[in-house]
Amino acid sequence: MNVDLTAPQSKRESDPPVVARPGLALSAIPTKREMPSRATPVSEVAFEVSDLCCWFGQHQAVYDLSLRIPAKAVTAIIGPSGCGKSTFLRCLNRMHELVRGSRLSGQIRLFGEDIYGPRVDATLVRRRVGMVFQKSNPFPTMSVGDNVTVGLRLNGVRDRRVREEWMERALRMAALWDEVKDHLDRPGTSLSGGQQQRLCIARALAVQPEVLLMDEPASALDPIATTKIEELIQELKRDYTIVIVTHNMQQAARCSDYTAFFYLGRLVEYDKTEKVFTNPSNKQTEDYVTGRFG
Amino acid sequence: MERHFDQELGGLKEHLLRMAGFAEQSVAQALKALVQRDNVLANKVDDDDGILDQLEIEIDDRCIKLLALRQPTATDLRFITMAMKICSELERIGDQAVNIAHRAEELNKEPLLKPLVDIPRMAEHAQGMIHDALDAFVYAKPDVARAVINRDTKVDLLNRQLHRELTSFMIEDPHTITRCLNLMSIAHNLERIADHATNIAEDIVYLYEGRDIRHQNG
Repeated sequence: MNVDLTAPQSKRESDPPVVARPGLALSAIPTKREMPSRATPVSEVAFEVSDLCCWFGQHQAVYDLSLRIPAKAVTAIIGPSGCGKSTFLRCLNRMHELVRGSRLSGQIRLFGEDIYGPRVDATLVRRRVGMVFQKSNPFPTMSVGDNVTVGLRLNGVRDRRVREEWMERALRMAALWDEVKDHLDRPGTSLSGGQQQRLCIARALAVQPEVLLMDEPASALDPIATTKIEELIQELKRDYTIVIVTHNMQQAARCSDYTAFFYLGRLVEYDKTEKVFTNPSNKQTEDYVTGRFG
Repeated sequence: MERHFDQELGGLKEHLLRMAGFAEQSVAQALKALVQRDNVLANKVDDDDGILDQLEIEIDDRCIKLLALRQPTATDLRFITMAMKICSELERIGDQAVNIAHRAEELNKEPLLKPLVDIPRMAEHAQGMIHDALDAFVYAKPDVARAVINRDTKVDLLNRQLHRELTSFMIEDPHTITRCLNLMSIAHNLERIADHATNIAEDIVYLYEGRDIRHQNG
C-alpha cells in the first residue's frame, strides 16, 4: 500500500452508551456560551461547531451556530427549505467554499482538529468527510467497479488487487455487492436509481472516510430503495459518524439518534431524536414536527 | 395553521368527553340507586354500560387509524396515545358503577343496616376526582390533574375506616354479614374509581407536560 488512507480514526474499541442528559455531560470540551439546544450529550464528539456563520455574497444563510455532533451515531438535520441545513452540511467538509462569493466565520473541529486551520488541505478534509447527494451521481463514463475505485486511484493506490479488495468491501458495506458482483463492468448509470445511490455511498466509503454526510439521500427513491438506504445507515453507524439532512421527518425519526431543527439559519433545538419527536422543548420545533408550521 | 388533522383530533376529543360524561353519569346513578334504594335505576346503570363499551371500541379504533394514517408526533402523539389510555380507564369506571348497582340491588332486599354516611362521602370524593381530572383535560391544566392525584389518599383512608367499622358490625351481629360485605364491596368499588381517576390525572400530566409521573412514591 502506497498511501495511508486510514487517516485518524476515532477510537473503536468501546462504544460507551450515549447518555441522555441535555445540558449535562458537557465538561469534556469547554463551551464559550451555554445554550440549552447547543449541547448534546455525547460519548465522543466528531464535530465541534462553534459560532458558525455562513454567507452567500451579502446573504447570510447560517447564524451563530454551535453544536456538537457525536461520533458513530446518526444526527439528522431537519427544517423547512432555506433554513440553512444543506449549507451547514457543506461547511462540514469544506464544500461551502466552492460556491463563488461564499464565506464563513466561526470554527469547526473534527475530532479536535480545526478543519479550517491555515495548514489544512481541504481535499484531505473531504476525504475524511465523505458526502452523498440527493441525486445519485455516478460518473457516467465509468463502470460500476471504476466508480468505486476511482477515489483510490486518485489517492495513489496503485496495486490493482488492493483496489479490488477495497471495492468489494465498499460495495458490501453499501449492501450492493450481491446485486452488482456479476456485472462490475457495466456502466454505473445502468443501475436502478436506488442502486445508483448505493453505488455513490460505496464510492464515498471506498476511501475510508470517518464521516458520511448525506444530503436528502433517499428523497428521489421509491419506498423499497428508501428502506434499503435507511437500513444501510443503521449498519454504517457502527463504524461511521453520519449526518443526514432530510425533509422527511419520519425518516429522521426512524433512522437518527439525534435531531437538530434549523429555522431561518439558526439552530432552534437539538436533542435526542426520541425527545424531539415525543416532547420537543421548543414551540417552533413542536409546530414543525407536527406539521403545524406556516 | 389549522390542519385537517386537527378536525380529526377534535372529533376524538369530543368522543372522549362524551364517554367521560357517560362514565360520570353511571357512577352518579349507581350511587343514587343505593341511597334511594331504587332498583329501576340500578337496572338502568347495568343496561347503559353497553354504551361505554361501544364508545371504548370506537375511540380505540379512531386512535389506531390516526396512528397508522397520520404518523403523529409530539403533542399529537401524546394526545392520541393518552386518549387510548383514558378511554380504557373510563370504561373500567363504568364497570365499577355496574358493580355498585348490583350490590345496591342486593342491599335493597334487606332493611337498611344503618344510615349511609361514609359511602356517600367517599363517592363525593371519587366523583370530584373524575370531574376535576376531566376539567384538567378540557382546559389543559396539568396542575389541576396533579391536585387530583393527591386526593386519592383521602379515599383510601375512608375505605379503610369503613372496613374497620363494618368488621365490628359483623363481629357484633352475624345477621349483618351479607349487608356488611355488600357495603364493603361498594367501598372497594369507589376506592377503585378514585384509582382510575388518579390514572387519568397522571395521563393528563403526561399529555400536557410530556412528563411521566407514575409510580414515583414507591
